[in-house]
Formats: sequence, C-alpha cells, structure tokens
Amino acid sequence: MAHAATHDHHDDHHGAPKNFFTRWCMSTNHKDIGTLYLVFSLTMLFIGGSFAMVIRAELFKPGMQLVQPYFFNEMTTMHALVMIFGAIMPAFVGLGNWMIPLMIGAPDMALPRMNNLSFWILPFAFTLLLSTLFLPGGGPAGGWTMYPPLSLQGDSVAYVVFAVHLMGISSIMGAINIIATILNMRAPGMDLLKMPVFVWSWLITAFLLIAVMPVLAGAVTMLLTDKYFGTSFFNAAGGGDPVLFQHIFWFFGHPEVYIMILPAFGIISEIIPTFARKPIFGYKAMVFAIASIAFLSFIVWAHHMFAVGLPLGAEIFFMYATMLIAVPTGIKVFNWVSTMWGGSMTFETPMLFAIAFVILFTIGGFSGLMLALVPADFQYHDTYFVVAHFHYVLVTGALFAIIAASYYWLPKWTGRMYSETWGKIHFWNSVIWVNVLFFPQHFLGLAGMPRRIPDYNVAFANFNMISSIGGFLFGASQLIFLGVIVHAVWFSKKKATDRVWEGAKGLEWTVPSPAPFHTFDVPPVIHDEDLAHGHVDH
Amino acid sequence: MGQQQDIYFVPSKSYWPFVAAIVMFVTVFGAAHWLNAEPGEAGFGESLLGIGVLGILFMFFGWFRSVIRESLAGSYNSQVDRSFRMGMMWFIFSEVMFFGAFFGALFYARMYAVPWLGGEGHGVLTHQFLWSDYSAAWGASGGGGPGHVGGHFETVVPWGLPLLNTLILLSSSVTVTIAHHALKAGHRGKVLAFLGFTVLLGATFLYCQAHEYIEAYRELNLTLQSGVYGSTFFMLTGFHGMHVTLGTIMLAVIWLRVLRGHFNKEHHFGFEAVAWYWHFVDVVWLGLFMFVYIL
Ligand code: HEM
Ligand SMILES: [Cu+2]
Repeated sequence: MAHAATHDHHDDHHGAPKNFFTRWCMSTNHKDIGTLYLVFSLTMLFIGGSFAMVIRAELFKPGMQLVQPYFFNEMTTMHALVMIFGAIMPAFVGLGNWMIPLMIGAPDMALPRMNNLSFWILPFAFTLLLSTLFLPGGGPAGGWTMYPPLSLQGDSVAYVVFAVHLMGISSIMGAINIIATILNMRAPGMDLLKMPVFVWSWLITAFLLIAVMPVLAGAVTMLLTDKYFGTSFFNAAGGGDPVLFQHIFWFFGHPEVYIMILPAFGIISEIIPTFARKPIFGYKAMVFAIASIAFLSFIVWAHHMFAVGLPLGAEIFFMYATMLIAVPTGIKVFNWVSTMWGGSMTFETPMLFAIAFVILFTIGGFSGLMLALVPADFQYHDTYFVVAHFHYVLVTGALFAIIAASYYWLPKWTGRMYSETWGKIHFWNSVIWVNVLFFPQHFLGLAGMPRRIPDYNVAFANFNMISSIGGFLFGASQLIFLGVIVHAVWFSKKKATDRVWEGAKGLEWTVPSPAPFHTFDVPPVIHDEDLAHGHVDH
Repeated sequence: MGQQQDIYFVPSKSYWPFVAAIVMFVTVFGAAHWLNAEPGEAGFGESLLGIGVLGILFMFFGWFRSVIRESLAGSYNSQVDRSFRMGMMWFIFSEVMFFGAFFGALFYARMYAVPWLGGEGHGVLTHQFLWSDYSAAWGASGGGGPGHVGGHFETVVPWGLPLLNTLILLSSSVTVTIAHHALKAGHRGKVLAFLGFTVLLGATFLYCQAHEYIEAYRELNLTLQSGVYGSTFFMLTGFHGMHVTLGTIMLAVIWLRVLRGHFNKEHHFGFEAVAWYWHFVDVVWLGLFMFVYIL
C-alpha cells in the first residue's frame, strides 16, 4: 500500500457523520460532495430527458399533436439549459471532485467549504429556473442562446438571468477550487507532466470556465438591464445592436462547448489505456492538444453567426480558425486509436462506451467541419443538421464519456461491481437507439427542416418518426442505467478489488474499494506505475 | 512540490456554505419578484430581497469569523496559504473577464454598431430604410442612437471630478502599498495610519462618484436610459463603483483586524488579498478613465 492510514489529526471525525443533514448539507469531504454532484446531475438528466420526450412526441408526426407552440418552445429552451448546466457540467465537476484528489494524492480539495457552496448553489438555481415553467406568463421560450429581442418577452427574464448568475458563480468557484487543488495539492513526485490526462483536462477546463462564465454573466446582465432598466445594449434605436449579444454570448458559448468536451477527452484517455493494457500513446501530444484546443476555442466564436451578416473578413477569419481546431482534435483521435493498436483489449462496459465515443464523437466532429464552411453553413444554419451535429458531440461525446466514467469508477466508489451483463445491455441499447435518434436528423437538416419548430412539412415525416422512435427507446434505455446504478450501490454481492481493473494504473487504484472517507491525509509515496507518464525522480 | 512538514488543514463540517446558498437564493428570488411586480402588489419582492441581503451580510460575518479563528489558531500552514492566494488570484481574473464583457460592449458599440447605423460599410440597410437622417457620432451628438433614446444629453467632462477621482484612486494604491510595507516591517502604527488613509480615499472617491451621478442625472440629462452611451457609461462606472464600495468595506474590516493584532510580519494573507483587490479596482478605473471619459 502506498499510503499511510493515519487520519487522527482531524478534530472531530474519522468516518462519515451519521446525521443525514450533517453529512450531506454541511460536508467538506470531496467524495461526499462529488456524490452530491453526480446524484444531482443524474436527476437533471432525467428531468431534461423528459423535456426531450415531449419534444420528440410532438415531432412524431407533422401537424400539431400534443402541446401548444409556446410550450414546445419552452421545452426546447429548458431541455438545453437543464442538460448543459444541470446534467453535463455538474457531472464533470462531480467526477473531478471524486477523482482529482485521489489521482494526485491530495487529502481533499484545496478549499473544501467553498466546494460545498459550489454544489449547494445548484439545486437552488435550478429550482429558480424550473419554477418559471409555472409562472402565469410561462417560462423562457427564446432558446438556450437567449437572443434578444425574442428572449426579452415575458416575465421570466429576471428569474432566468438570476438562475444563470447563480450557476455561473457555482461554476467559477468550482473551477477555482480545481485549479488550486491541482496546482497546490499534488503529492511529492506527481509533477505536472506526469499527471493523469483526466487531471490535465480538468486543469484546462477550469481555466476556460473562469475565463468565460463571467462573460456570460455580463451578457445576461445586459439582457436584464435592457428589459427592466431601459438600457440600449441590444436596441438599435438607442445605438445598440442585437448582434452584439450574439458576439458576447458566443465568446462564452464556444469555449463552453469545449468545457463540456475536454473533461470527456480526459476520461477517455484514462479508460482506453486501462482496457488496452498499454500506456496512452503520445501523452505529451494529448496534453498539448487539449491546451491548443482550449486556446483556439477563444477565437472561433463567430462560426455560430455566419448567417447573421458579418463582414466578409470576419467570415473568412472565423472559418479558417474553426477548421484549425480539427488538427488538435485529429491528434487526439489518432492517439486513442494508436493506444488501442496492438493492445490486448477487453471489452467491459466502460471500454465499450469509450470506443463508441471515439467513433461517434468523430462523426460529430466531421459534421462540425461541414458547418465551419461559410458557404455551406448558409444552407445548414438553424436546421436539424446543427441539431444532429451537437447531439453527436454532446450525447455520444460528453454524455457517453460520463456514462463510461460512471461504470469505470463505480466499483471504486461503492466497493461493489455493477452487473456487467446489464451494463452491456445498457450499452447496446444506447448506442443503437442514439443513432436511430440522431442520424436521420442530418438528412432532415440537409433537406431544410428548421430547428426549434413544433410543426413541419409532411416531406419530413418519415425521418422524424424514425428519430422519435429512436428517442423514446434511447430515453427508456437510460432507465437501465438507473437500474444498474441502484443495483451496484445497494444490492450487488460482488465485491470490488482495490485495483478493480486488471490493467488499471494510477494512484486512485491503490486505495481500498470503496475508497475510505479520508484518503491521503499523509501524502503517499508514488511509484512509477502511479504516473501517467515518465518516472519518479529519485 | 515543496516539502510539507505538517498536514494540510481540511476544515470539519460547516453550515455556512449551506446558509450561503439559501440566502443567495432568497436574494435573487426576491429581486426577480420585485422586478416583475405590478405597481399595486409591491412589497413582497422587496422584503425578500432585503432579508436576503441581510442574510448574506450575516453569512459573510459568520463564515469569515470561523476562518479568522482558524487562522489565529495557527491551522493554516504555508500550503493552505498558497491555496488561498490562488483562490484570490483566479477570483480577480474572473472579475477582469466580467468587466471585459462590458468593455467589449463599449468598443463594439463605438466601433461597429453606431457607425453602421450611420450608414458606414456595405449594404447596411438599417440606415437606409429606418434612419437615413442619422449621422453616426459618439457622445452627446449621437450616443443616444438614431432614435435619440433618452433625449438630448451632455457628457461628463473628464477633467473635473473624473480626473480628481483618478488621482484619488492612484494615491490610494500608493498608500495601501506603504501600509503593506509597514506591515512587513512590523510598524503597526504606520499600518493603521496609511490603511486608514486608504479607506478615507476610497470613501472620498465614492462621494465624488455619487456627486457626479447626481449632476449627470440633474444637469446633463445623462441617464442609464441615454441610449447605448448612457448604458455603457453607467453600467461600467456603476459596476466599478460597486467594486470600490466592496473594496472600501474590505479595507475597513482589515483596518479593524490590524487594530486587533490579527496580522504579523509573515502571516497576513487577508491584508494582501484586499490589497490585490484594491489594485485591480484601480486598474479598471484607469481603463474607464481612458475609454469612457477621455476618448
Ligand atoms: C471539430 C470541432 C467542431 C467544429 C468544427 C464545430 C463547428 C460548429 C459550427 C460551425 C456550429 C454552428 C452551426 C450553425 O449554427 O450554423 C456548431 C454548432 C454547435 N456545436 Fe460545434 N463544432 C465542433 C465541435 C463541437 C463540440 C466538441 C461540441 C460540444 C461538445 C460542439 C457543440 C456545438 C453546439 C452545442 C452547437 C449549437 C449551438 C446552438 O446554436 O444551439 N461542437 N459547431
Ligand atoms: Cu462553436
């Protein structure tokens, strides 16, 4: 064992507190707070998912089926906000909370009380956001991108803006905590360029978060004052410009989509080496690729605005800058494949999701490249092609990585193995239905079906029905996921070993399963196999 | 990584974060209610907002009290200190980005939006169809936009109060630095004097700023509603003023803590964090003086 098991310096607790409220609401423990984040995220996944079911049910057939148009628009808006800020981002923060201290040999996060605040803001923020659905005038219905003047209609603006402020504060504090933890809490020997790629990906993501969440806060603040205090930021009569909002929003928005994918890159870079039983191919290239993607993400935002009427020079600059991102992204895909090349692979559920990630995320990357071409985007913009693109990168990308991570680390968290059979059933259902759900949307978009509408031309009927069927079954498949988790946490009889996976390397596998309440109170002695790259300096 | 003789302090359970989340929620819920209140039904939102703000003050007081206790008890070693320093640095960076959004709006409005509305560029139809008589200009002659939103206004002359405020803030940065050096040299009297002086300078700045606002509203007809000029002017200077207010309060708290002997030559992160914050506020002001007032 690589760590000394002394926890006696703590003033009042050795294990988890018995009292429910004390344990979960007053926590300063990175594992408990990580669990809170993950449970919250799963809850939001199902809430956001149910909104998606409404959307797909309405689009099952042409004509108005179930809901009013305004309610439909509320659903598309809320689905996106809940999934982005409630499901995907908190899931990554939860994984970071649980795993980063374990991976770098730290006793906890650097600022444990702030960690708890970062989490507890979220349930309140989403209560605020979701409560707008019950307002007399209804909730926000102008899309998650909140473009004015459309988004300024209705009474929900203030609630939405403040909810976004709260989420932003939570994200910024979480990111500060992660940076301080990684830069300041590594065990001796865990040098920066020897850390797991997941830790690297979070370090860079945290930087992105601190850089752009305040910009979003500024943008929505301007919405608020335009609506309630008579400012003219986005009002042409007063010398402002609605397009200004789009610039500020996407200066946040594009880095934001990388915030949702970089930690996923990190997760995949942990899982593939474990099940290919080979170290990651091109460790440094992986790290530098993440860093350059993060850098480039600041200079491509206007690819979301090609059709708004930008000056020609801007269109060309943003087109080439966007296509540049394909280079580091390609490096990553190449290195994942090379890691598997010649490895002695096994296909447990986390690995299946990781392989599906590599293939399907790449499809999403390719459709992104198509959208990056200005003349092509004039055609594709605001169609279902865009919807298909971002669901390939976000569902089969970000979400699949989160699911893969959950299977991968669940035994370490709970001390019990999940059911491999049901995990595989979950995988095959997910991977088949997600493609039935989203692949036809490419065709719909190319044929010209606009996004965010409750009704459509009968010419689009067939693909929409296929897509809806895929959607219902993909949604239902996630109930299997829920079942597997519930089983693994409370019912599974199969104990997990400390290392869990034969090929797993890294510090997190040197602690017992389940990981004790306190780990690495004393910095561990690091061995070569605990490092992602290089050797321990003697 | 450096050698760690002692152990990183992981605080035990605390209810302050949970309280903080609740009072933040109460505050924004109250504010949102208040913003949407019909004229007849005023009251509920404001009350909630008030309760929330008081709650936030109470929470800060309680949370920081426990932190100060731990600090005085010697719980924080140099590694914990480094975490705090990183936390403050990155927090200030996030603030820089927040102001960046508003500066970005200012530059965009001046360099693109207003000229385009005045007909500059190719195929700009808004000018042609809606406001063909609008000739683009910034400030009094065109900053209200083609619709003259907010009516005619005058701009604040930079060489009066704003210049004075610049000098005040710059000298306050000097005084807080002198106080810092005095703290490191262990001269408590000098620390109290110069820190106290800094607080006074901050308060004077705020007084002048309030005066300027009143004059702008009463005499110049320059208001938050004065088109995009008024929007950027008041949002930038207003958020800056809020930061000066916060900074002044923090300096005053630090002054009290110096009086109580909370800091010594080596251990005074609280002091330094506030000093950093004060310098940041100062730098933002220089940007404002340059781009909002002078140019
Ligand atoms: C290979 C890299 C990528 C390229 C070249 C790319 C390009 C683009 C372009 C040009 C658009 C705008 C399409 C339009 O509205 O007309 C777009 C939209 C979008 N992309 Fe990507 N993308 C890439 C990767 C990603 C990733 C990794 C994510 C997230 C994980 C992502 C998420 C999104 C989202 C959410 C939208 C739609 C935003 C909206 O309008 O609601 N993209 N992408
Ligand atoms: Cu983008």
